[in-house]
Amino acid sequence: MKHFFKVLVFSLLMIGFFAGFSNFGIPEIKPAPPPVQEQLDLDAITPERFIALGEKLFNGKGTCTLCHNAVGGRAPLLDQTAAIAADRLVEARYQGSAGDAQGYLVESLLEPSAYVVAGFGKAGSADTISPMPSVTGGSIGLSEVEISAVVAYLQDLAGLEVTVDIPNTAEAEASEPDTQAKAARVALASAEEVITRFACTTCHKLAGEGGELGPDLSHIGATRDAAYLRRAILDPAADIAAGYPPVMPPTYATEIYAGELELLVQHLAALQ
Amino acid sequence: MRGLLTRCVALHPGFARWRWALSGLVALALAALVLGAAGEVQAGASDSAVEATQPVAGSLAPAVIAPPELTAADYPSITGVNSRVTVWLVAQLHLWFAAFVLAVPIFVFIIEAIGMRTRDKRYDDMAYEFIKISITAYSLTAILGGLLLFSLIVLYPHLFSYLSRVFGESMFYYALLFFAESAALYLYYYGWQWLQGGFRKWLHLTLGLVLNAVGTTLMFLANGWVTFMMSPAGLDPAGLFAGDTWAAMHNYLWNPINLHRFIANIAYGGSIVGAYAAFRFLSATRPEERAHYDWMGYNANFIAILALLPLPFAGYYLAAEIYAYSQQMGITLMGGIFAWLFIIQAVLIGTLFLSANYYLWCGMGRSDGAVRYNRYIKYLAIAIIGSFLVWFTPHTLVLTNEELKALGGPYHKYLGPLGIMPAKNTAVNVMILFTALSFLFYRRSNRIATVAWVKAGNAAQLALYTAGIANLLFLGIYHGYFTNTVYKVAASIPQVMTTLIIIVVSITLDSVMYRGAREVAPLNWGRVPNRAQYALFLLAVAFTWLMGLMGYIRSGIRQHWHVTDVFRDASPDAYTPTLGYAANVVSMGTVLFMAMVIFVFWLSQVSSRKTPNAGFWKAH
Repeated sequence: MKHFFKVLVFSLLMIGFFAGFSNFGIPEIKPAPPPVQEQLDLDAITPERFIALGEKLFNGKGTCTLCHNAVGGRAPLLDQTAAIAADRLVEARYQGSAGDAQGYLVESLLEPSAYVVAGFGKAGSADTISPMPSVTGGSIGLSEVEISAVVAYLQDLAGLEVTVDIPNTAEAEASEPDTQAKAARVALASAEEVITRFACTTCHKLAGEGGELGPDLSHIGATRDAAYLRRAILDPAADIAAGYPPVMPPTYATEIYAGELELLVQHLAALQ
Repeated sequence: MRGLLTRCVALHPGFARWRWALSGLVALALAALVLGAAGEVQAGASDSAVEATQPVAGSLAPAVIAPPELTAADYPSITGVNSRVTVWLVAQLHLWFAAFVLAVPIFVFIIEAIGMRTRDKRYDDMAYEFIKISITAYSLTAILGGLLLFSLIVLYPHLFSYLSRVFGESMFYYALLFFAESAALYLYYYGWQWLQGGFRKWLHLTLGLVLNAVGTTLMFLANGWVTFMMSPAGLDPAGLFAGDTWAAMHNYLWNPINLHRFIANIAYGGSIVGAYAAFRFLSATRPEERAHYDWMGYNANFIAILALLPLPFAGYYLAAEIYAYSQQMGITLMGGIFAWLFIIQAVLIGTLFLSANYYLWCGMGRSDGAVRYNRYIKYLAIAIIGSFLVWFTPHTLVLTNEELKALGGPYHKYLGPLGIMPAKNTAVNVMILFTALSFLFYRRSNRIATVAWVKAGNAAQLALYTAGIANLLFLGIYHGYFTNTVYKVAASIPQVMTTLIIIVVSITLDSVMYRGAREVAPLNWGRVPNRAQYALFLLAVAFTWLMGLMGYIRSGIRQHWHVTDVFRDASPDAYTPTLGYAANVVSMGTVLFMAMVIFVFWLSQVSSRKTPNAGFWKAH
């Protein structure tokens, strides 16, 4: 029993040391609370407040300074980006479609790979792919109004005149993406509708008609069962038909509803 | 005594081929079964999704699984209970026990095989004793798993509902596999003495293989759910789940976590059974008992070190994959609010390496022949502590304005780069190499090589280590001081390769050199100071605490998301706590876990005691 207590006390002392070091040996930083959706009165906002909003987003919700800072060197500094934006549009490495400097700034937030600053591309991409995510997605989730505010801030930061139009409330509401729209898409009711919607005959022949890029599906049910067909649609790379290039998009798994998939699979399996 | 590694290497050729073939066939059959099950999960997902997407009566919208948008009111609460801390602690306790009970059968299987190969019953007895400890821990794992399930259902019903709709089938198979795991474990444990000798022993070893295959599959399934929450897959751009469970399971971070947990579990299991041996050693009264538990502690420490050496590489791979999945998540992890956590991690890993090495150095006292190597120990200690200090150096210092001016910026010109990855990678590789060197000295402690080329062999060893360490330092200094941020991690792969090559070549060379070596002094098992046993205990405590801390960061980098970027956490506890707060919760969990584990150790001692009770029972 003596050793039981000795071991217990020793363990407690060690745990106490680790806890003590964590509490007193390193700086206690209180993380920022989760971002909240701010209600903006756009009808009453001034250009200065709009720029200030952009700055706040740049340093906060937009998480821009996580990479675009002078310390880490992970992404280029943005203090003069608005000033040199027009020059980038004519560079060979520019892959986007913006028509002016303001459009370039918006595009760089939505499609960061349109122009990748030399030395800051993803590893192995030869600076053609940016590691930056689109600011409209995921945990950043900037709205169109917020993107405009960030662009206004970048223009102001570079000492330029702010050319961004401040939208009013009605315009902002109209531009909000309807995230439920996708969820509410009405499921297609027949295999024929599915084939039409997903344009299967662009590459495959059905009933003797269609493209030749993929295998002829006119009698596919005679040689392939439902499980194979299901997998071929959801994961085209799993089995590449001999003699055909692996060009079928892998995106159907996220686009087709499961009910639609079953309609299509049963239809194809019945084509004997 | 020859090290386990040597025995493992020597294991294969002596075995009759057909017997390996039999085990191989069983393994293949098992793999087919597991893959079949995975295939069923995939196919089953589609079938189930069909049901889920049938238009609901009165509605044309298909019921694809969308992440719910919650408010704080959607999270039930129990008076006096903090939901997050409850789930946090229960999950962590479940994980600690699960890691232990999954790891023990892995090395018990190996030790049993070594016993069969060498026909040394001590191995068989030790393997049996290891599995005996894990039996009590197994029921605690199941109890805590049940508690975790109920905690989630009661406190986070929407999250559990969402995850169970995405992973429904795999959860069902998980439960079935748990039955298989229990059956295999009980047959393996209770059949140990029954299935002895000849074909029966092979049957028993095969049961061990089945047990490990099922246990590892269970872990992989649970890892799929956890990593889905970190790097969700199988969702469309709007975050809707269309029914492909396999895609959700096979997400970006699944395999990195699988690998990391598999290796870490073995190291952790080794450290816990090491603590058991230490406890029994300290409590032992007879010399032969002390010798037995000393030997057991040595082997457990060996297992822990063997798995600890590749663990930093697996951790690095995981972190690199987190960066590759999301640079934003990676920077939050290593350069954002969690960055200081890695200084705490450095303290813990330094503790692990130092205590494991200290135990080896103490163990050299078992043989009088070890005095030849005593003078080198201080240099090993200096190298390991020096490496620890480099790992311990933070990148960003908390400075006053005056200090900032005096320093000329936030980073010191020469010491600043010690805070970034090239220096950390160099430090950990050097630490690993010197630990391997400690082991090499230990192996040689009671023997003298008798081969003719012993001088050349030693010179080759010296040259190998010198060139390897010079290469590590060159790579670290070049990438630390002379390249820009994006390319600083480029040194990691060549450094890892350097370390692995040195370890493999030097141990192979040493094994050949010491084949037929002369024993200069016997190895006296049991002749080791009590403080060495506390080093084993420290290893177990530091490992437990470290697992708790890293478990927190793995989960914490999701920040205010239940499922990253898809399903937001709207509970009152959605904020990220300070590291001090997290450390306190981890400490509380470690205290609970260690108390339970020491209780399990005590139980195993009590179970073998008998109290004479003459006069109590009626005479017949």
